[in-house]
Amino acid sequence: MGVAIVLLLSFAAGAVRIIRGPTRSDRMMAAQLFGTTGVAILLLLARAMEVAALLDVALVLALLATVAVVAFVQRFGHRPVGEPEQGAGGGGAD
Amino acid sequence: MLIDLVSMVAIGAATIFFVAGSAGMLRFPDVFMRLHAMTKADNLGLGLLIVGLALQASSFWVIAKLVLIWLLVLVSSTSASHLVARDALARGLRPWRNP
Repeated sequence: MGVAIVLLLSFAAGAVRIIRGPTRSDRMMAAQLFGTTGVAILLLLARAMEVAALLDVALVLALLATVAVVAFVQRFGHRPVGEPEQGAGGGGAD
Repeated sequence: MLIDLVSMVAIGAATIFFVAGSAGMLRFPDVFMRLHAMTKADNLGLGLLIVGLALQASSFWVIAKLVLIWLLVLVSSTSASHLVARDALARGLRPWRNP
């Protein structure tokens, strides 16, 4: 249980990174850190509270973290010159 | 008794990796290095954590699910940080040169 608290610290570290992160990718990276740390905390809680369902929650969170990062890159990705902007187009303000 | 001890050590090591990774993520001057630190911490920290938890897990299926979660996180965070790095490169960020 103590470990879960320590993990919360790394959550806070991630939050600091989000506030200070100069570029957009820093902020996204912190979001990804949140995902993974969240999974770790969930696993600990599942063990501490003997609630097996939390394992599934951790599984889903791991999935969502991935989708979030992919969505970010897809939506705000800085297209190299060669690739035309598909679909929405025009949204590419950096 | 031994199992509890080993799992405690594993979870302790996992915490160290998490904290080191997060600290590394804050201090490194460049996006790429931060990505590196962060991914290392998460995957390795989580892996150790899962080893620790698996030792205490009751049924086989719990262990199977834990390993599944770890593999999923491994694959997802690796590809995710790759994408972020590629995107940063495309945006013109260059890896930090030692002055």
